[in-house]
Amino acid sequence: MHELAVTESILNIVLKHAQANKAEKILSISLKIGELSDLVGDCIQFYFDYLSKNTIAEGAAIEIERSPVIFQCRTCSDTFQVSLKDSKDIVCPECGGIEVTFVSGREFYIKHIEVV
Amino acid sequence: MADIRLIEIKEEILADNKDLADEIRNALRKNNVFMVNMMASPGGGKTSLIVHTIRELKSMFRIGVIEGDIDSVVDAEKVAGEGVGAIQLKTGGFCHLNAPMIRMALDEMDLKNLDLIMIENIGNLVCPAEFDTGAHKKVVILSVPEGDDKPLKYPLIFSICDALVINKIDYLGVAEFDVDVFKERVLKLNPEIRIIEVSCKTGEGVQAWIRWLTDEINAYRNRR
Repeated sequence: MHELAVTESILNIVLKHAQANKAEKILSISLKIGELSDLVGDCIQFYFDYLSKNTIAEGAAIEIERSPVIFQCRTCSDTFQVSLKDSKDIVCPECGGIEVTFVSGREFYIKHIEVV
Repeated sequence: MADIRLIEIKEEILADNKDLADEIRNALRKNNVFMVNMMASPGGGKTSLIVHTIRELKSMFRIGVIEGDIDSVVDAEKVAGEGVGAIQLKTGGFCHLNAPMIRMALDEMDLKNLDLIMIENIGNLVCPAEFDTGAHKKVVILSVPEGDDKPLKYPLIFSICDALVINKIDYLGVAEFDVDVFKERVLKLNPEIRIIEVSCKTGEGVQAWIRWLTDEINAYRNRR
């Protein structure tokens, strides 16, 4: 639901970098978004197409790489991926341990852009 | 045709918001004002907990409230009825408060004459979690009728908050809500989070919340 605000930030950042690099056109934008974030990719592209009209980013394709939610087991130290929305509980697949620590899954940044 | 070039960026999408949030914390520090960001679903109990907090703490601290609402002033009127200043931010459809909006609200407030600012964020467990408002502490309120599965459905908000208030504990036994299972799910995402059980209706547990908040305010003021 907050995709509009996020998309405005993305556009500002990529325009800044494209201009600093004297680019004529932005072709693609690649984002890294953790699975803990509820961003809807289609929604971002939709807003982006609208917001980027008449800029050098018009028509750029947004590619989102989702990074998984990772936990680490405190019993056996194994790290493992969890799909929170499909699982009732977070259990280590290696040893069945339930003492686990959240490691990552909150990434929210722009990786790179392709320009000409 | 010109060659395609790849430009590395590696920049946080909401970096500008974060920078402004840090500026807000600096401005609050100058005036020794503590700010807390209260988040919950619609009907979770944000306004009720804020009203309880005002009643308990207004003799001790000078309190101001920033009310975020899509398009109404009902909550601000309730808060103003308790005798403290309330700034209403009508977001006109925006689903969250961000640092620029809080900056605007703070410009309308007299920071020199405040000790505590409570932000009542927009009712929503998704969007407010992404945006740093400049508050010192973040609180999520989850009410029992909403169900104990919410940390699995909205993990981000539980992973970033400093305290979790389980509200409407007077519904335990009526609603399908296993407190132990719920806490375990939250603690796996965020082992540092402080969990407080309250009923804004009966008043049970409200003192534990007041103690947590008072301790946080005093710790902040003593760090000066």
